[in-house]
Amino acid sequence: MTRTVTPQADPTPKEPEATAALHTGTSDLRQLLTRNLRTSGIYIAFVVIVALFAILTDGVSLSPGNITNIILQYSYILVLAIGMVLVIIAGHIDLSVGSVVALTGAVSAILVIQNGLPWWVGILAALAVGLAVGAWQGFWVAYVGIPAFIVTLAGMLLFRGLTLQVLDNISLSPFTPEYSKVASGFLNGLLGGNGYDAFTLLIGVVAVAGYAFTQFRTRLARIKYQQPVESFPLFVARIVAVGAVVMYLAWQLAHARGLPIVLIILAVLIITYGVVSKRTVFGRQIYAIGGNLAAAQLSGVKVKVVNFWIFVNMGFLSGVAGVIYSSRSNGAQPAAGNMFELDAIAACFIGGAAVTGGVGTVVGAMVGGLLVGVMSNGMQLMGVNQSIQSVVKGLVLLLAVAFDVYNKRRAGASR
Amino acid sequence: MAENILEMRSITKTFPGVKALENVNLDVRRGEIHAICGENGAGKSTLMKVLSGVYPTGSYDGEIVYDGETVHFGGIRDSEHVGIVIIHQELALVPYLSIAENIFLGNERRGRSRLIDWNKANADAAALLKSVGLNENPVTPVGQLGVGKQQLVEIAKALSKDVRLLILDEPTAALNDSDSEHLLGLLRRLKERGITSIMISHKLNEITAISDRVTVIRDGKTVETLSLDAGEVTQERIIRGMVGRDLESFYPDRVASIGEEVMRVEDWTVWHPTQDRKVVDNASFTVRAGEVVGIAGLMGAGRTELAMSIFGRSYGRDISGRVFIRGKQIQARTVSDAIAHGIAYATEDRKRYGLNLIEDIRRNVSAAALGKLSTRGWVNGNEEIKVAEDSRRSMNIKAPSVMSVTGKLSGGNQQKVVLSKWLFTDPDVLILDEPTRGIDVGAKYEIYTIINRLVDAGKAVVVISSELPELLGICDRIYTLSAGRMTGQLPVREATQERLMELMTKERESVA
Repeated sequence: MTRTVTPQADPTPKEPEATAALHTGTSDLRQLLTRNLRTSGIYIAFVVIVALFAILTDGVSLSPGNITNIILQYSYILVLAIGMVLVIIAGHIDLSVGSVVALTGAVSAILVIQNGLPWWVGILAALAVGLAVGAWQGFWVAYVGIPAFIVTLAGMLLFRGLTLQVLDNISLSPFTPEYSKVASGFLNGLLGGNGYDAFTLLIGVVAVAGYAFTQFRTRLARIKYQQPVESFPLFVARIVAVGAVVMYLAWQLAHARGLPIVLIILAVLIITYGVVSKRTVFGRQIYAIGGNLAAAQLSGVKVKVVNFWIFVNMGFLSGVAGVIYSSRSNGAQPAAGNMFELDAIAACFIGGAAVTGGVGTVVGAMVGGLLVGVMSNGMQLMGVNQSIQSVVKGLVLLLAVAFDVYNKRRAGASR
Repeated sequence: MAENILEMRSITKTFPGVKALENVNLDVRRGEIHAICGENGAGKSTLMKVLSGVYPTGSYDGEIVYDGETVHFGGIRDSEHVGIVIIHQELALVPYLSIAENIFLGNERRGRSRLIDWNKANADAAALLKSVGLNENPVTPVGQLGVGKQQLVEIAKALSKDVRLLILDEPTAALNDSDSEHLLGLLRRLKERGITSIMISHKLNEITAISDRVTVIRDGKTVETLSLDAGEVTQERIIRGMVGRDLESFYPDRVASIGEEVMRVEDWTVWHPTQDRKVVDNASFTVRAGEVVGIAGLMGAGRTELAMSIFGRSYGRDISGRVFIRGKQIQARTVSDAIAHGIAYATEDRKRYGLNLIEDIRRNVSAAALGKLSTRGWVNGNEEIKVAEDSRRSMNIKAPSVMSVTGKLSGGNQQKVVLSKWLFTDPDVLILDEPTRGIDVGAKYEIYTIINRLVDAGKAVVVISSELPELLGICDRIYTLSAGRMTGQLPVREATQERLMELMTKERESVA
């Protein structure tokens, strides 16, 4: 290819790496990292934080028991962050999710604990309440045109009030053992394994194989369409690295308590929503709306419909988080889910979502949430007191967004 | 005192990977109006940013001599301090603040008490408004003024800073003819008061009407400086300098082969969304396969409103009338209906309504027809890249790859992305609203070529434009719109600018 870029047409940085990649068909690690500093920054930060706390806690933070703990403890925030990142990409915000977690958990508790209905009725009812709440908020945001900040601020008060109302201001507990298994149950010993749960390891192997297979297929498709791909050794290195991390995790879980059920739920949600946001028309329309609402509208995107479903989906995931949280705390409390919305929002922004909409990824939000989780957990292990933990979390959020803004400005200034 | 108020000597400015300016020289004489011409991306704006200190000393090579002294600006405040004021294309006024508040923003008139003396500020503002010929009360919020008047407020603001060298970046791009005329008149008056102006503009007729000298920049280098006294300031001469060759014609030739009627609009009436008046009043028009139909009208005649209301009722309320596609009446209540019926509308404001500026070319090209790239809701990302790549090649979009973010492209290339997006919907009728606004001569020619290619392929094209020569150059038939009514239609061979202008300003009675 001899296509040259005429400088008079466009005095912007020419991303020589990208062009080079097109020419050679491959790109090395350094190019990949510099090209996506914005997205890779969060992964680097995550690795640094994990390593830092592993050192500071003499490896306790990476012990099998603790890894299990982190997963159980932050699962509901991560579930909320999945929905929240879509809301944020579309240029909205949802301040009500904490209250919705409380309300859905409360409804479930009333049915299961007070009325003795089976555990699955409680779960279905919680999800249904979540969907209804989502439809309610979606209606006001999408069809009436009230800013989501206001609708969900109202929702935060509204659903907290309803929670107090239905619980009559008291806590309900305990749930039936089946129900509490959702958040604190493990799949262990299904295939035996003498202290090292073979089932967990098998799932790990299947996950790695699945990852390698889909990545390889993607690579083949990209080559077929003459798209740039990583050089083959780098590709293998990436698969091996991801595989090693997953297998390490599986190994640690296998000789702790086995595979947490909630981890399976989380994995399914992350994969589903990751794919939905990137590869479906619906997902792409979310990005289009957040990037330029007017242009999306004039391109035939049914903005109202998309906005409505974004909030319905957020309500649904709040219901899922409500089930997980009530199951984990083994009951429903009037104050459940307080401030969850802020943790979920923080996870999205730390994970690279843009305040102005149009930018963000599900995986980024997950890493952002885990980063906060690992940090809080590490500080707890070190015995840092609550007040300092809060200060550190606040600073991390601020620095993460500052880094993002700085990156953007640097890109803009070289225009 | 030196004859030149400003000399920029061998200015070189590089961005990572690109030389935006290379040994550019510019000298501006005291009290002249100096125009800078060049294609989009030639480096005009970069040069002005170097001059005004947006790019501080040290970030470029070369020397700036102002008033006989070498100057080093660390920021825009430094340059304003010595009387250099730049007025950007996108006006920097706060819509909710009054004229006086805007004029003295950052430069407030304070009394002895250190509090702002509003009486003095308003009185000073009134005097400044008078000097720019703007008859408005200084306490009026700027948002209530039209773009033309806002431009004048910007100039009044510059005068309040004791400007000696005024830089205007495309000052008339968004103005209608009479506002432009007023602005150019004002520049002449300022010249008489000894204020030097540098003007960046794409409107060559204005440049030739007002400039004493013209510096042409191409590919980040100075090509030449033309002088009025030497009789060099002519449109042909400037264009030759800008594109580096003679354009035999502004408009590519085309032999029209006109076929069946594709779209017919009858008795189309649209009400203003909030006010109690008709914006489009009983308008009817047709367009046939292989035909380019122009719609001419002054600002506010209802051209964009007509197009957008047809395009899935994107504008207005209580819309009535009928639209026929190939003889069959259609109902296009939403944009996706309109697209499904083969109508495409490329907006006049590509940055606000046309593009997702934070996304790349690929995502923008596919945005209006994702359905074509997907099966059961799943998008084929690789096919999408291929489609975008094809567009990039056939439209000659100048960008390193389809992964380039559209916000960083030049105006002409952005417009090509918008056109690519609509072509990918495979429309029968394309409505192009100001397709060449704010883009340079070379890119304009390319856009005209694309339009020709489309009609040759049997598409029907409707072009809305404020530039009558453009309509005369590319259309087969031209309708005129005045105050929401169709006041006439002319085959292009019978149309002249005078005739069109007459119809465009015609009131009340309608001609079929």
